Amino acid sequence: MHSEGFFFQAFVYLMAAVLSVPIAQRLGLGSVLGYLLAGVIIGPFVLGFVGQEGSDVMHFAEFGVVMMLFLVGLELQPSLLWRLRVPILGLGGLQVAVTSLGIAGLGLLFGLSWQMALAVGMILSLSSTAIVLQTLNEKGLTKTEAGQSAFSVLLFQDIAVIPMLALLPLLEIARSSANSSVTVAANGLVFAAAETAEQGAALPGWQQALLVMGTVGGIIVAGRFLMRPVFRFIANTRLREMFTASALLLVIGITLAMQLVGLSPALGTFVAGVVLADNEYRHELETDIEPFKGLLLGLFFISVGASIDFNLLFQQPLLILGLVLGLAIAKFGVLFVLSKLFRLELSQGLMFAFALAQGGEFAFVLFSFATQNNILTPAVANPLVVVVALSMVLTPLLMIINEKLVQPRFRDLTPRPEADEIDDNENPVIIAGFGRFGQIVGRLLLANGCTITVLDHNATQIEMLRRFDWKVFYGDASRTDLLHAAGAEQAKLLVIAIDDPEKTLETVDRVRKHFPHLKILARASDRRHAYELIRRGVEVVQRETFGSALEMGVEALKALGVRSYRAHRAANTFREHDEQALQDMAHFTGDEKGLLARSRQMARDLEQLLRSDDRELTQDIDRAWDTTTLRKDR
Amino acid sequence: MGKPNQILILFAHPALEKSRVNRCLIQAVKGLDSVTIHDLYEVYPNFHIDVKFEQNLLLEHDIIVFHHPFYWYSSPALLKEWQDLVLEHGFAYGHEGIALRGKKFLTAITTGGGEQAYSQKGYNRFTIRQLLVPFEQTANLCGMEYLPPFVVQGTHKLREQNQIFKHAEDYHSVITALRDNRVDWEQLRQLKHFNQHLAQAIPTSEVTHHA
Repeated sequence: MHSEGFFFQAFVYLMAAVLSVPIAQRLGLGSVLGYLLAGVIIGPFVLGFVGQEGSDVMHFAEFGVVMMLFLVGLELQPSLLWRLRVPILGLGGLQVAVTSLGIAGLGLLFGLSWQMALAVGMILSLSSTAIVLQTLNEKGLTKTEAGQSAFSVLLFQDIAVIPMLALLPLLEIARSSANSSVTVAANGLVFAAAETAEQGAALPGWQQALLVMGTVGGIIVAGRFLMRPVFRFIANTRLREMFTASALLLVIGITLAMQLVGLSPALGTFVAGVVLADNEYRHELETDIEPFKGLLLGLFFISVGASIDFNLLFQQPLLILGLVLGLAIAKFGVLFVLSKLFRLELSQGLMFAFALAQGGEFAFVLFSFATQNNILTPAVANPLVVVVALSMVLTPLLMIINEKLVQPRFRDLTPRPEADEIDDNENPVIIAGFGRFGQIVGRLLLANGCTITVLDHNATQIEMLRRFDWKVFYGDASRTDLLHAAGAEQAKLLVIAIDDPEKTLETVDRVRKHFPHLKILARASDRRHAYELIRRGVEVVQRETFGSALEMGVEALKALGVRSYRAHRAANTFREHDEQALQDMAHFTGDEKGLLARSRQMARDLEQLLRSDDRELTQDIDRAWDTTTLRKDR
Repeated sequence: MGKPNQILILFAHPALEKSRVNRCLIQAVKGLDSVTIHDLYEVYPNFHIDVKFEQNLLLEHDIIVFHHPFYWYSSPALLKEWQDLVLEHGFAYGHEGIALRGKKFLTAITTGGGEQAYSQKGYNRFTIRQLLVPFEQTANLCGMEYLPPFVVQGTHKLREQNQIFKHAEDYHSVITALRDNRVDWEQLRQLKHFNQHLAQAIPTSEVTHHA
């Protein structure tokens, strides 16, 4: 069955995903478990469709983790990151240190040398960013206290991989005297995070360090100053695929650069994401990268499933399962104690501990690195690789246990208001289209302390608003995915102020379907357009020229010598009358297509309006202030 | 217990979001059967009052309540505009103006100053009843019976939430008693303010008094 055809491979992977994930979802197991099981099924121990190339696929698929961290970075403004510094350094640092030492202690009990025990401890202290974030996202728990804490710990772990790679070689079992430990450590750094890393000319340590700092600095500077004009240039082409291409180019470029200097690509893209977090093209980037991330992560989980060495499991089932359980319990214990230390509520602390009680994807990389460098013997490392993979499978199950059995006990507590530290998408108002019309709406809202998210697809316009410190994002409001990225799930209102009537209707239809809770306020270009909107049940429809034309009428009346207050009241009466007529006609006039029919219909409408004698409107405006009847009464 | 009286509360407050007391009072009578709360500033933010609609509303109710803060010894501007426009000659007064005849009229106001301020010796120099004379006479001219006003005084000094609650409960008792005809009219007419001795005006009431 080992056809080497790329398409056959792709077919098998996709088929496995498409079959197993929906079933797993339906059973309430979550997509991660679905992917893992799909991997097991197509792997060498069940169907054997995919075999030895599993680890190559895994390396390719790790790119999904890279993309995920890029997206996470995009949602984290530097200021938010700064606010999370205590949980990241405190909670994350303590978790890695305590877990490493704890597992090392267990290793000593099992009779490992202290070097091996410490190496195993460090490697197993990491958790799986991919599985945890994916699972939390799916369950909508990222904004909870537990979610935030888990994220902080994962972030610290991803950073901690780099010093680990430097430290591990120092623990080498039989160090040849020719190799000074420092060189080995530097080599470890160069190796970092990917075995495919280019072993560039072996540089001395200080040059290496400079190179690293230069690269990260370069990413930050480029993200801050270079990307905006570049994106604007691309946005002006008005070709969506160009934007997708440039988004991918950005992520892949950073990955390559990081590999060259020997840093973790995931960390590099994370930094880039944070730098771009307040860039106006953020939402567009998010929506373009999202599907790639999802598929690659899926592929990653499948390859983890496929790589589980069941031979080992069958040879030493008790040992392996015992280790899996031991690992989970040890990590859970440390996490839970830390959650108490950092004053998490009991329910949140439990969720946090359940979420992170597994080995991480970096463990695979680090184990192979450690065996190659004679730090660990294969006899120690190989079973542990299986243990890590199985502990990953265990996580979604633990989360289900937590959700079904543990959390319900805390239901009676009043729901806490959700912290929103990871995201600022949660503005209650989204304004689509920020030209002459939308700007006035937005300014009024801002002046009254409302926070708004603005979408516009005119790059020049955005640039201008940016200069005045507005939060504006690039994108086309009729796209559901973009509205989603702009936070339509949490928003209360959507103001559609774009000047394209057709697109407005399109947007209304999409929003009605996907975000039924959103209240829509729409700008109508003329009467006919207003009818269309009213028929679609839009809550608030404003004709774009009606108000100002009416004001002009008031001024004209005043210029003719009518007293202001009377002119003003006359206009109000006229407005009410006209609004009423608009509502009535909306449900009467036929839905006519074609420009000619449309204009004919417009003419008919106008005639009808004119025929209903507007003059009778003035009759009862201010009868009460008219004293003629009083004089008669005397 | 005959048919319940239909009560129309014409509520006027230009900045309800800033008023603790009025928010609490309105909350206490919200959603009651046979009680319509008509929030004028919410319905007519541009002062463009729909006279026909308002007159019809009056016709549908038996007891009319003006509920508002006491601004400059009178009502907020919109309620004055409402009076000027809705109480038309030929509708509310005059030979043919008999639409409101026989209805009852109640003022429910909140004042910043306390009881001492509204006396001959106080800095307002007149009592609340004296200052409310324009409303009393308006009711009279329209042929409505003017009831002693429901007055919450010294709102600036109401610090405690439960003091405010007590007034809100009283308001609830008054409105429901008026609706269900549980008022001792004779006793009530003796009173200066409706909520001066509630137990006297509403004998059968379960007026709760906090210690």
